[in-house]
Amino acid sequence: MSFNNLTRRGLIQTGVVAGAGLALPTYLRADAHTGFTNAPTGSTVTLGFNVPQTGPYAEEGLDELRAQELAVEHLNGEGDGGMLNTFSSKALQGNGILGKKVQYVTGDTQTKSDAARASAKAMIEKDGAIMINGGSSSGVAVAVQGLCQEAGVIFMAGLTHSNDTTGKDRKANGFRHFFNAYMSAAALAPVLKNAYGEDRRAYHLTADYNWGWTQQESIAAATEAMGWETVNNVLTPLASTDFSSYIAPVLNSGADVLVLNHYGGNMVNSLTNAIQFDLLSKQVNGKDFQIVVPLYSELMAAGAGSNVQGVIGSMNWNWQLQDEGSKAFTRSFGEKYGRPPSNSAHTCYVQTLLYADAVERAGSFNPCAVAEALEGFEFDGMGNGPTLYRGEDHQCFKDVLVMKGKENPTNQYDTLEIVEVTPVEQVMYAPDHPMFGGADATLGECNPGA
Amino acid sequence: MDAILLQFLNGLDKGSAYALIALGLTLIFGTLGVVNFAHGALFMIGAFCSVTVQRLLTLSHETLSETEKDFLGNPLKIKTPYVQDWFGPEVGASIIDWSVPLAILLAIPVMLIIGFVMERGLIKHFYKRPHADQILVTFGLAIVLQEIVKYFYGANPIPTPAPAAFAGSFDFGALLGLDTVIAYPYWRLVYFGFSALIIGAVFAFLQFTTFGMVVRAGMADRETVGLLGIDIDRRFTIMFGIAAAVAGLAGVMYAPINSPNYHMGMDFLVLSFVVVVVGGMGSLPGAVLAGFMLGILESIASMNEVKAILPGIDQIIIYVIAIIILLTRPRGLLGRKGVMEE
Repeated sequence: MSFNNLTRRGLIQTGVVAGAGLALPTYLRADAHTGFTNAPTGSTVTLGFNVPQTGPYAEEGLDELRAQELAVEHLNGEGDGGMLNTFSSKALQGNGILGKKVQYVTGDTQTKSDAARASAKAMIEKDGAIMINGGSSSGVAVAVQGLCQEAGVIFMAGLTHSNDTTGKDRKANGFRHFFNAYMSAAALAPVLKNAYGEDRRAYHLTADYNWGWTQQESIAAATEAMGWETVNNVLTPLASTDFSSYIAPVLNSGADVLVLNHYGGNMVNSLTNAIQFDLLSKQVNGKDFQIVVPLYSELMAAGAGSNVQGVIGSMNWNWQLQDEGSKAFTRSFGEKYGRPPSNSAHTCYVQTLLYADAVERAGSFNPCAVAEALEGFEFDGMGNGPTLYRGEDHQCFKDVLVMKGKENPTNQYDTLEIVEVTPVEQVMYAPDHPMFGGADATLGECNPGA
Repeated sequence: MDAILLQFLNGLDKGSAYALIALGLTLIFGTLGVVNFAHGALFMIGAFCSVTVQRLLTLSHETLSETEKDFLGNPLKIKTPYVQDWFGPEVGASIIDWSVPLAILLAIPVMLIIGFVMERGLIKHFYKRPHADQILVTFGLAIVLQEIVKYFYGANPIPTPAPAAFAGSFDFGALLGLDTVIAYPYWRLVYFGFSALIIGAVFAFLQFTTFGMVVRAGMADRETVGLLGIDIDRRFTIMFGIAAAVAGLAGVMYAPINSPNYHMGMDFLVLSFVVVVVGGMGSLPGAVLAGFMLGILESIASMNEVKAILPGIDQIIIYVIAIIILLTRPRGLLGRKGVMEE
């Protein structure tokens, strides 16, 4: 190596350029001046909507994005206001958030944890997003929640149903409005008992990843507590498309109920395969064979078509609810997009409004002030009845819907019907419940990013 | 024993799909020497031919209900398919019910045209390029095709049911006088029969027609056939179209088994390539044999009893078998000497 070309002037020039380069990111980060990441300094504030825009959940991501755009419109005083008119908190005035016009950027999670983290990181670091919202998978939610915790921004989760999101993986900067696997099981068990009796033998097919495990653990515990026996639990790879070899042995296992702990494409395919094997017309142990799908979504039900008819499951929210909040949101969404919203759209819309409301009530965008405003917040008018954002784990507690595939649908959106609205008291649990990480699970410290 | 029989039956329809796709792949490789990674996309397009026919047959006009309301409280729009106007409610409903078998009529010309266009428009420019280039360009083409399908049909699976006459399952256990239920869906039986028919037709075409004889001669020695004044390239182009049609027909009839989605071709592609390699590159009987063999073994490996001994074996069985066969028979089960060995 030779240093023959090194001159004093060159050294100074190089040093200045390198120093400026190193200092630039620090200069661009507002936290250097305000004490928290991406503090808005102009007349606008930027929210980051991180949803699956490609990949198998793209349709669900598109519906989330529709709802998020609608929420931004309503926050900025455009449109009919939607749930702002029914929300019990009146802090939001339709003039943005703290007087700043709301704008947004979007990222594509691709339903992959690494891609979701990369897109969230880009929105935080390049676009200055102060809050990240959205997603259709628990793996993605846990990954992005961790990133937001490190970056010092608030994460308002979208569709994530694993117990772990607000259980062992809970974070001080992360909040979940959507219900979870434990709540699904707690709501479903009494309905299943009434519909199918106490003496049942259940065979579980479970998607072999985080959400599937917690869903199976929850529904097995709830059904066993009411007298059902779990005959078998078979883990199925997430990449499976043909479930026939997993379903074929069910009829000879002595089980009279098949529980499909599957979501998305897995659910559509496994349910379709089960119907092809004619399980619902069989009799086992002197009883009619039944199928249960613990987690439903409208888009997946549409994918399964007539196969969902008569099959019981649960949902976080449904557009058929007749409370004023649900009607207002369904009307706004329906008039803008010509279709009723899905429950993933609903949770993203509500989360965006809840974040904005918390900022208004806190009087600051500082994520720790926002978190404090959300913790223990009780509200109504958002579609699920009186709701609590519990401070200990950042999980919303509200009524849960038990659904059934509609026997005679009148149109393409009329696939599911509400069987029961399970009151929130029935789905409550302690913050240190063993399925949620036990006493070891903690939120940690809020990180403002400074 | 009953469980093994059950999984054997189960493996037949999986094997049918593998065999049909692998057959098309082998036809293309054997004739044109092209490694076609877009072949799974052709299977997917075939499945979407079913969706398209279903949508065409359910094209409807709307009337406003006087009594029922939609989700916004407006009068409900009741859709009546045109075919029910033209042929009456019952006949119209039957035509819609049979949309998947009817889709075969659409799929054959569509897949032939797609095959010709693919071969003439893109793939012929890569004949003399390394296999790595062929894989890259056809893989890229597969992604383009699936994104086009996603643009028009969305990302969600689209339910495409089989005719109501084939709903339910047949109990082989009762047929064999066994106490246990060995249920096998009727449509999967149809799929197996259909696959056997297509495979038989392709072999008969190659074996018993002059065109097939020339193609086989071309596969064995392209240069000599060309020197005889035969336009072998044109025949190979036609074979590409036929291979596309075979993949497409496999997709058409597969649509009721798993609701079509834009990604379904990729799910089959890698496995089908393994099938081709295990069967022997360029060997049509090898592709069919390996397709059924691996389909059945994959089903048997997913038995709880097997997984209790070897956890996760259902996910790797095909690759384990491929490794064993390639170690013991490097050219695959029925591979010919000299193929991909230069």
